[in-house]
Amino acid sequence: MTRKILGLAALSAVLMSGTAFAQTTVKIGVLSDMSSLYSDIGGPGSVAAAKLAIADFTAKNKDIKVELIGGDHQNKPDVGSQIANQWYDVDKVDAIVDTPNSGVALAVNEITRSKNKTFLVSGAASSDLTGAKCSPNTIHWTYDTWNLANGTGKALVKTGGDTWFFLTADYAFGHALERDTGAVVEANGGKVLGKVRHPLNTNDFSSFLLQAQSSKAKVIGLANAGGDTINSIKQAAEFGIVKGGQSLAGLLVFASDVAALGLPTAQGLVLTETWYWDLNDDNRAFTKRWQQERPGKFPTMVQAGVYSAVTHYLKAVAELKSAADGKAVIAKMKAMPTDDPLFGKGEIRADGRKIHPAYLLEVKKPEESKYPGDFYKVRATIPAAEAFRPLADGKCPLVSG
Amino acid sequence: MERVLDPIATSADRPKARAEVVAFVVMVAALIVAPFFLYPLFLMQALCFALFACAFNLLIGYVGLLSFGHALYFGWASYLAAHAAKIWGLPPELAILTGAATAAVLGVMAGSLAIRRQGIYFAMITLALAQMMYFVALQVPFTGGEDGIQAVPRGFMFGFLDLSNQMTMYAVVLVIFLAGFLFIHRIINSPFGEVLKAIRENETRAVSLGYKTDRYKLAAFVLSATLAGVAGGTKAIVFQLASLTDVHWAMSGEVVLMTLVGGLGTVFGPVVGAFVIIAMQNYLSAFDQWVFVIQGVIFVVCVLLFRRGIVGEFAHLLRIKL
Repeated sequence: MTRKILGLAALSAVLMSGTAFAQTTVKIGVLSDMSSLYSDIGGPGSVAAAKLAIADFTAKNKDIKVELIGGDHQNKPDVGSQIANQWYDVDKVDAIVDTPNSGVALAVNEITRSKNKTFLVSGAASSDLTGAKCSPNTIHWTYDTWNLANGTGKALVKTGGDTWFFLTADYAFGHALERDTGAVVEANGGKVLGKVRHPLNTNDFSSFLLQAQSSKAKVIGLANAGGDTINSIKQAAEFGIVKGGQSLAGLLVFASDVAALGLPTAQGLVLTETWYWDLNDDNRAFTKRWQQERPGKFPTMVQAGVYSAVTHYLKAVAELKSAADGKAVIAKMKAMPTDDPLFGKGEIRADGRKIHPAYLLEVKKPEESKYPGDFYKVRATIPAAEAFRPLADGKCPLVSG
Repeated sequence: MERVLDPIATSADRPKARAEVVAFVVMVAALIVAPFFLYPLFLMQALCFALFACAFNLLIGYVGLLSFGHALYFGWASYLAAHAAKIWGLPPELAILTGAATAAVLGVMAGSLAIRRQGIYFAMITLALAQMMYFVALQVPFTGGEDGIQAVPRGFMFGFLDLSNQMTMYAVVLVIFLAGFLFIHRIINSPFGEVLKAIRENETRAVSLGYKTDRYKLAAFVLSATLAGVAGGTKAIVFQLASLTDVHWAMSGEVVLMTLVGGLGTVFGPVVGAFVIIAMQNYLSAFDQWVFVIQGVIFVVCVLLFRRGIVGEFAHLLRIKL
């Protein structure tokens, strides 16, 4: 079942035959959305990032043999859980990485726990993964909803965006995003003037946008995701909302969305990310190598997170000389400080949350952008200590217990 | 009244019944051996869908009612079964029964509205009601919205069968499937089933013979919904998960596809259809979105070239009834 050994992915990052030492074998599965709305955020780009991580690691550690496979969960929790079961039981996969779509990630989280394997989340947003549903077999690597909502909400209020209006997708995820961001805005002295809920996957935002416009709020928070975010930003540009002086705050927007929208449409959008390809030389070097697999595209923070997570995972496996016991590997990963070219030095908390700084970014105007992929200017850096939900607030049973 | 139909049907069916028995034995034997060669979880999924398709076939194949909202019963049963097992802490057998009961109640409600109309109107009403309940599932808190209900415990069947063991779980699913299958077989070969077939062939004539066809249709509808619910509840326990996928209209479409590919109005058709479609989705998934294209092509080929479905054509070729 979904043996989905993507031709490209099946490529096992091979090692040296004929070496004398006992080899440790690890099998990593990239479970992602390969074909639909999240495939540019994670997808084949995550496979490419994992491949680079494996190549870099095995170049220095020749006694580890790593195999890599990829799978498409089609954004259905049941498909995802089948693949995960099959991978663990039949294909002997040791670790699953990436997995955008919180529903799928929560399902894989439970399967991984019951089979004592390793789950490294980069693509999924739900902060429940390190909250109520945290697991000794899971690490949430790149970002989460709390991180994005808090980053964008707090930073905007502090820089003068103190009145907000929410455009919320009418389902649990949208409500949670709206609630969390609203709380942050009010805690920092801002005010929520109103909100409007739109149906999921809608095409016509005009009436909602007009309400947002007439609210005179300084910031319009987009508590939605994927196609809804893209559509609302496009239509907001048609109504001249940003030109009229209001800012749009994307609460779940990725570099790939900005690339898809184009700068003329997306300009002025404010968002939070934990990694941006053009931030420093190491990131740019990685991007160049990554683009050999994905020409013309730019890596998202999710894909960079896959690289970083796989690197740290392999380090822990190399120390233990075995990937069999998921809990032991995760414990080792938590014990070792993280250090890799993309996210720099960091740590993993007891609840499975990887800690690093986040950046408040603003999409450039077309005339400010000098080369392809020159999307953002950095408005603020959120230090690692403030970027994620405090340990005590998550109510993770691993911490209190 | 019903007695009159009975002897005619059985005498005509006698030589054909033997083929059915042989086919049944082959199927059971194959399903008992299968988990030693194929991944049990895949088989369990296929069995759940096979039961679902059989339940659907009861309605379209034997009463001629095309319900386009069967995901409603399947999906809501899986939600309620998952909720019962996880939150109320019920053992799996009671959780599945909770799911089935939910589906029965929904079946009574949707059925009593829908059977008042025929043909495309019937299909549209069932679809509309199913979509309505889809959005309810998206919104109400207990379903977990797009995250679904996760980490449903499999628990102990009857207090002593440990379902966390894959083979035990498989055996339980197989028994549930076979029970459902035989129950459906019993229904369609009973006097009640003969009346259903009479309604399918010519409802006006059935009315003129004095049958209250609405009651028969409603009963068949509720039976079908309930069995779909058993399948949905079982799936929730097997996968420890209930999600929006199962209440989505695409699921209603999928079960139509399974039944058509296997063979409409044949006892074994939906089972074969379910295995074919599920196997395709699983083993062809390396082709990404092409799976759906391939599925579409197969559907078109089926409708154009062998309209009786795989089992239907096969039975026709051998002049037997399956």
